Amino acid sequence: MIGTIFGIPPQALFGQLLLGLINGSFYALLSLGLAVIFGMLNVINFAHGALYMMGAFVAWLLLTQLGIGYWWALPLAPLVVGLFGAALEKTLLSRLYKLDHLYGLLLTFGLALIVEGAFRHQYGVSGQPYPIPDALKGGQNLGFMFLPNYRGWVVVASLIVCISTWIAIEKTKLGAYLRAATENPVLVQAFGINVPRMITLTYAFGVALAGLAGVLAAPIYQVSPLMGSNLIIVVFAVVVIGGMGSILGAVLTGYGLGLLEGLTKVFYPEASNIVVFVIMAVVLMIKPAGLFGRER
Amino acid sequence: MSLHSQSGIRASGKASQASAAGSTLARVGALAVLVALLAVPFLLYPVFLMKVLCFALFACAFNLLIGFGGLLSFGHAAFFGSAAYVTAHTVKVWGLSPELGILLGTAASAFLGILFGSIAIRRQGIYFAMITLALSQMVFFLALQLPFTHGEDGIQAVPRGVLFGVFDLNNPLAMYYTVLGVFLIGFAIIWRTVHSPFGQVLKAIRENEPRAISLGYRTERYKLMAFVLSATLAGLAGGTKAIVFQLATLTDVTWQMSGEVVLMTLLGGMGTLAGPVIGAALVVTLENYLAATSLPVPVVIGCIFVACVLVFRRGIAGEIQARFGKQSRSG
Repeated sequence: MIGTIFGIPPQALFGQLLLGLINGSFYALLSLGLAVIFGMLNVINFAHGALYMMGAFVAWLLLTQLGIGYWWALPLAPLVVGLFGAALEKTLLSRLYKLDHLYGLLLTFGLALIVEGAFRHQYGVSGQPYPIPDALKGGQNLGFMFLPNYRGWVVVASLIVCISTWIAIEKTKLGAYLRAATENPVLVQAFGINVPRMITLTYAFGVALAGLAGVLAAPIYQVSPLMGSNLIIVVFAVVVIGGMGSILGAVLTGYGLGLLEGLTKVFYPEASNIVVFVIMAVVLMIKPAGLFGRER
Repeated sequence: MSLHSQSGIRASGKASQASAAGSTLARVGALAVLVALLAVPFLLYPVFLMKVLCFALFACAFNLLIGFGGLLSFGHAAFFGSAAYVTAHTVKVWGLSPELGILLGTAASAFLGILFGSIAIRRQGIYFAMITLALSQMVFFLALQLPFTHGEDGIQAVPRGVLFGVFDLNNPLAMYYTVLGVFLIGFAIIWRTVHSPFGQVLKAIRENEPRAISLGYRTERYKLMAFVLSATLAGLAGGTKAIVFQLATLTDVTWQMSGEVVLMTLLGGMGTLAGPVIGAALVVTLENYLAATSLPVPVVIGCIFVACVLVFRRGIAGEIQARFGKQSRSG
């Protein structure tokens, strides 16, 4: 066995790296959703954190109220969140497209307050436990560290979702329509594609990703009304660092910053909360458009 | 840019069209407001009024940036809150007088404004909002972890002290008139800025930045100056608030606080001088009222936010100006 790495016991190092990878998975899923929505709607969805929380809560409610378990919640909760998102887009957001994009940010900020406040009013601020599904209990001893099965599953699941979303957008016909509509909605509409419906579906899909992240997060973090609001600001910083230009960029930056945060926890724990923001400041100094962004 | 043309605000030249009769009316109105402000502590609870004045100055400072510079900062709580912490610390631990404490708090915010401003103005629009939000969240975590801020407890029992060695601020009326003085100074600075050549350039940048650049203005520098001025005045409000409530806590640096000041300005009317004051008074009153009921405050605030964005983008002052066609849009 290795004694220490840079004076750190390997268990601690890999343990924190795994935690970083888990956090990175959530950053990636959320910034992916933000980037998809931003590409199509030019709106930064401030409600993303609240909808992530909603996904976790729907899973928890399904379990405690209806006895529906994790594996059914995995598709159902994102569906509920997606439908909710579609309704929001149809009734509220769609009224603002002709205005300055900042109004979209302000509207979704108001929505975030409402959703979060409502859950907080109903369920209080204390977290609700959500059990790990039976099939994923226990863990593997990898020799250099102990890997809980569920955490491994979260990393794998988020990778699968991120990669398939990327493939769907870059390689399929539907994705091609989407990219075309992002570039020039008027022209795409002229070709007979229902762009408003596409916008609704894009928003629904983006927030469904947040809902899915919420379900994945439920057994790891407790289900609490406040779980989304602090996360979303870190994700905003991730998005600024990566730049909104590319889907892949959003995903890579998400994982990368998660890992970096984990490393900071090992070597200088006091700074782990702010390391992402410091990196954001540095990136803005050197490359204002973000690592993968284009100047617009 | 369209943010403002949409809200029915026109920047160009209208102020100069103000007729003589209009400006006399405005002067009489301003005098009446001043008299009312001097008399009101005899009618209403002074602590409530001081809260309104502190938040009104905070909202006016924020409005300087969004309303006249077109930059939406989602992190102004950082300046408000850090000034509160610095003022509270210097007054309580170092034993400084209240005026020096507020001055140091304001200076700290100015410094923070230079730091954050030079980073944030590298991007515009939505990115600017996200960057300021992220930077202010960094301040939140620092306030949570640094030893002098006392984490969750905050700095409590800050002595109000004696202003200039003469006025004992433990007297509610002395405290009120001090806050009123601070507010009026801040408001005068903003009024002066908006009506100065600097303010005109700022509006030009807001309306059409490439054109302002082609006219030879170094827009980055103007934006940074506006940002620093706004941060400084937000700090002045925060420092004063720390003395009034004898308290500096994490609440002052949260993103919810940043959102609240956005709401005050939006509700009152972005880009108007009176709007943020009206908005602050309304929001503070509403929160006082809601605190006594069982209604969830964030939900109500969120609903007002959504309603403002959807149907009431001009805000109260903007709506009044549009209805009655007042000549002078900016005061």
